[in-house]
Amino acid sequence: MNQENSQEEKNFWEKLLSIDRRIIFLFIAVAVAVPLFFKVSMHIPVTPIVRGVYDAIEELPAGSKVLVSFDYDPGSMPELQPMAEAFFRHAFRKDLKVIIMGLWPQGPLQANMALEEVFKDEDIKAKNLQYSIDYVNLGFTAGNEVVIDRMGHSFEESYPKDGQGTPLSELPLMKGVKNYNNVDLIYSLSAGYPGTQEWVQYAVDVFHVKLAAGNTAVQAPAMYPYVQTGQLAGVLGGMKGGAEYETAIGKPGIAVRYMFSQAVAHAVICLFIIIGNLAFFSLKKKKRS
Amino acid sequence: MSGEVVGVWIGAILTLGIFSFLYKDNPFYKFSEALFVGVSAGYWFVVIFWQYFLPKLVDNLALAYTELVTNGRIDYHWIYLIGGFLGVLMLLRLFPKVGWLSRWSLAFVVGTTAGLQFTRYLQSNGIIQVKGTILPLFVGGNLNTTIGNIVIVVGTFCGLIYFYFSKEHKGAFGGAARVGIWFLMITFGALFGYTVMSRMSLLIGRLDYLFGEWLKLI
Repeated sequence: MNQENSQEEKNFWEKLLSIDRRIIFLFIAVAVAVPLFFKVSMHIPVTPIVRGVYDAIEELPAGSKVLVSFDYDPGSMPELQPMAEAFFRHAFRKDLKVIIMGLWPQGPLQANMALEEVFKDEDIKAKNLQYSIDYVNLGFTAGNEVVIDRMGHSFEESYPKDGQGTPLSELPLMKGVKNYNNVDLIYSLSAGYPGTQEWVQYAVDVFHVKLAAGNTAVQAPAMYPYVQTGQLAGVLGGMKGGAEYETAIGKPGIAVRYMFSQAVAHAVICLFIIIGNLAFFSLKKKKRS
Repeated sequence: MSGEVVGVWIGAILTLGIFSFLYKDNPFYKFSEALFVGVSAGYWFVVIFWQYFLPKLVDNLALAYTELVTNGRIDYHWIYLIGGFLGVLMLLRLFPKVGWLSRWSLAFVVGTTAGLQFTRYLQSNGIIQVKGTILPLFVGGNLNTTIGNIVIVVGTFCGLIYFYFSKEHKGAFGGAARVGIWFLMITFGALFGYTVMSRMSLLIGRLDYLFGEWLKLI
């Protein structure tokens, strides 16, 4: 009888190991989709590495100039767009002046989308922000890290005109902005090359400018050493980093809303990893015996 | 039906087309994939023409030409001819007999990139990172920093020992190498976890699009 039970148990594990992968896909799809329909308020503590980004912006006095580089495309929107929107909310509430640029062709368009969303907020709308006075979008220019290097000497060399074709000299916000010496912080939103790493290598370590970053989760672990060495003020890593930043500024947005799905999906993945390991070791034991 | 609504429907149908591969390969998936590749190629051609070729080459050469005609002066913008020439050489790959000339352009690109990156990598990812691991192993009154510093120093040291293959991994040396493996495995695990989080985020974004923007259920 015991032997029969044991046989049944082993067959169960064997069946589990040969389960159709589409069943796992279905579990993941349900785990991600169902939580989207519920508004669950999760406790999202702000980690020191995200606090570094928040503090870097928070400590700037009103009127300070922040250069923000949009180095991503629609493929990374779910991770980076919430960070972009949260940054604009934070910066505009503090009356900072924002200079937008992009090393990726679609980057400045992502910035416009984020601005459109942020301008719907009542408190931001009330500020009546003006293009060329409170913010400018320089657009995209080709050249990758060479652009970063050239901007250390002169912004105008890389961007003679803004994204709308207006010469930089005619933009009130750009008056007195010659190079990195005239901006108080650089904020890099990046999904790969060229991105945060190039900003560290060509701007921070050469021109000693302060840099904060928001990255995709894939890229974030490679950026953390730069925080430890002080080359970066802080990093927002993936959707979780974005959710923490939204929490820090006191305006929960898309990233916070997505975190419940993220948490449930991770729990299901962990469950499958545990089941897979149990099945693996059970079969290993069977083979030995 | 407005253009925006049509766009949302096309986006949703193509998203479902790509997802259908998870069940099995099918013509709907193949169509969506081919359309994606084709549209991407077309999009990038337009971007490269308008954002790279015209402003960086044609506009600069036009400036040089205008300067020559109006003031009779040869200005520095003519230097863009070199870039244009190297670009033409690259296209010679399409002609087998003279295809070897494209190697000159490649050699220029590889050489320039290597020269640029060597010093920057050495400084940012080499010297400064090594400096970042020279830390005190005991910080009075701060247990967290003390533990953090010990982990960084031991992890870096043992990780380096694991990659030292000129000496057999035996005894204390072997023990340190095994500790190094543990640090590497934990690092790879963390990287894998972050990759999973990133992919889940993309899936969340797509499902939010389907249920929110398309079906208006959220």
